[in-house]
Amino acid sequence: MANIARNLLILAAAILSGAVFTAPAAAQNEQFIPILSYRTGPYAVNGAPYANGVADYYNLINERDGGINGVKLLVEECETSYATDKGVECYERLKSKGPTGAAFVNPLSTGITFALTEKTTADKIPIITMGYGRADSKNGAVFPYNFPFLGTYWSAADIAIQHVAKELGGFDKLKGKKISLLYHDSPYGKEPIPMLQVLAKKYGFEFTPIPVTHPGVEQKSQWLAIRQNRPDYVLVWGWGVMNSTAIKEAASVAYPRDKMIGVWWSGAEPDVTPAGDQATGYKSLMLQHGAGRFPVHADIEKYVYAKGKGSTEPGKVGEVLYNRGIVNAMLGVEAIRKAQEKFGQKPLTGEQVRWGLENLNLSDARLQELGFAGMLKPIRISCADHEGARDGRVQQWDGKGWKVISDWYTADEALIDPLVNEVSTKYAADKKLQPRDCTKES
Amino acid sequence: MIALGQFLEVLIGGLMSGVLYSLVALGFVLIFKASGVFNYAQGAMVLLAGLALVRALDLLIAQGFPFWAAIVLGIGFAAAIMATTAWLIERLVIGPLVNQDALTLFMSTIGVTFVLEGAAEMIFGSDVYPLRLFPTDAWFVFEGLFPGGILINKLDVWGALIAGILVAGLALFFQHTKTGRALRAVADDHLAAHSVGIPISWIWFVVWLVAGLVALVAATVWGTKLGVQFSITFLALKALPVLIIGGLTSIPGAIAGGLIVGAGEKIAEVFLGPSIGGGIEYWFAYVLALAVLLVRPQGLFGERIIERI
Repeated sequence: MANIARNLLILAAAILSGAVFTAPAAAQNEQFIPILSYRTGPYAVNGAPYANGVADYYNLINERDGGINGVKLLVEECETSYATDKGVECYERLKSKGPTGAAFVNPLSTGITFALTEKTTADKIPIITMGYGRADSKNGAVFPYNFPFLGTYWSAADIAIQHVAKELGGFDKLKGKKISLLYHDSPYGKEPIPMLQVLAKKYGFEFTPIPVTHPGVEQKSQWLAIRQNRPDYVLVWGWGVMNSTAIKEAASVAYPRDKMIGVWWSGAEPDVTPAGDQATGYKSLMLQHGAGRFPVHADIEKYVYAKGKGSTEPGKVGEVLYNRGIVNAMLGVEAIRKAQEKFGQKPLTGEQVRWGLENLNLSDARLQELGFAGMLKPIRISCADHEGARDGRVQQWDGKGWKVISDWYTADEALIDPLVNEVSTKYAADKKLQPRDCTKES
Repeated sequence: MIALGQFLEVLIGGLMSGVLYSLVALGFVLIFKASGVFNYAQGAMVLLAGLALVRALDLLIAQGFPFWAAIVLGIGFAAAIMATTAWLIERLVIGPLVNQDALTLFMSTIGVTFVLEGAAEMIFGSDVYPLRLFPTDAWFVFEGLFPGGILINKLDVWGALIAGILVAGLALFFQHTKTGRALRAVADDHLAAHSVGIPISWIWFVVWLVAGLVALVAATVWGTKLGVQFSITFLALKALPVLIIGGLTSIPGAIAGGLIVGAGEKIAEVFLGPSIGGGIEYWFAYVLALAVLLVRPQGLFGERIIERI
């Protein structure tokens, strides 16, 4: 009730004062970074913790380090509500802010990513899509400004099938099995389908995609169909309310939760807690990290929360999506730092930051220095590989918390790259683009 | 070949889902019936009622109140919030617009929607808040007749029971109470009702309050199903085809419309969906609604309006 009272006071104060929120005026030695977030709407439960992690990390850089080599970060949030039109509007409004424009943009929406890809390329502003976005944009020769760091949905699909094979006792056991994909009927949910079709053909399992209409509050039809079809596994590619509803509906048709594997966007606390005990046993992929606190969190507490500048309740620091937010922000910051090595310690343009992103190379030692050891494996980006790393694990909800239940998997590039090349080459032909020669890039 | 057991299961599941849509649609009908206002904010009212209830419950249980006492007090708190909301809407929005046309009133409720959504999340929070008032597991019946039996979700049965009680209660209220009769008089012609001494402001407050309480009832069921969260507001969109089919002025129509929409969309999704890519139930409900509009614009149970020129 203290929170409610505090919120009421804020609401009253805002009404009485007619307060409006504006970004501070830009100084000349500031690097502008827009945050496209969604703290309202049907996906706010997942969007808000992620945005909190991003905001807290940028705050940490300013509070602890005084910025990146003295260049302070100037940040402005724009609410997209996970809607593509609003996302594009936010991008257009913010892309030219600050002394050098936006360093990069991170829309946290595959739909917005599809809508922005051509615009960001034309504007020479990188678009970071860590763990989401266009899977074909791994090919940096065709997509110079897209950076699907740490794992695309095609990598996720392969990792999920690797885990299923391991549970079954080998890839040969996949033959004849039934695997369904329950997906958010949007560009996000549809993205893994081509890869799963490739995998189904290779391993001989029966693949059935089952769409769920946005936002996913009603899934009875889908789960009655699953009850009849009895797939051996159900992969869940959901977001927001769709995830917890899927778990509840699975329970109501007595589908075993431990045969459900969510993508890494279907494996956070808000996805399982609404389902209570019914979520016990549910599994999801991990975009490398999970929940938990690491040395970087201690810094965030010391330099951000101790000064009363935190974005969320301290108890939520270290949750899965919060951690993903700080990982994402850290990769962007390190790319700017890398670009400063080449272009100087000053605010950089998006085009200059793009070079930093494409030459990002974080070793174990550097991750240790940054306080991320244990959360991430080393990552190295190149012109030909804008994904940089494609490792994942599997976690399982035990009713109270997420427990890591697998070793590391690495998505099989031999399977993924032919599809990446096929689709990205077609994109280049359709758009009349001349792919870069990555052997000449440095 | 469609198995009979599967068809029956989908049909029953669809009918039950439809009743849950009707719970939301009832709120629309009540306000339209009494004031001619199409209240777009009904989904937001379900969110507000649900958030008020679940946050009060969480607090009371954390304070050591017994569960039953927490429920009674929590429902009382949420009802008070809905009463305050009804009073504010009547005073600040509907009252001042009393002589404006229906489109203006409708637009004002769109504004109310955004204010309620924003205020509800700002005051009570925007997380997902689990609510567990009803059982959510399932019965499997006729297992001897059909392999695996036919699944019936207990929450859906509770929803149907509650909807039945609500409809009966509202029918009694409208037909057999002084306030109910006054509501019907205001619905027929609010100026004529005013001229014979019926206090319009009070009546409209009452009808918004009743719609708010219906929203609270809907929130208990849908909150148990989904957790109380913003997505509950989307239920308004599920209720629209129900209203078009059942008619905007008929309480039994809201139930019948819900049954038709629920059964129709589920059967379409399960048996027709796979052949055309799936994900059709959302718009299929509107196809049904459009079909009804073409044949009977006032809905199956709505009042036919004859105007002499």
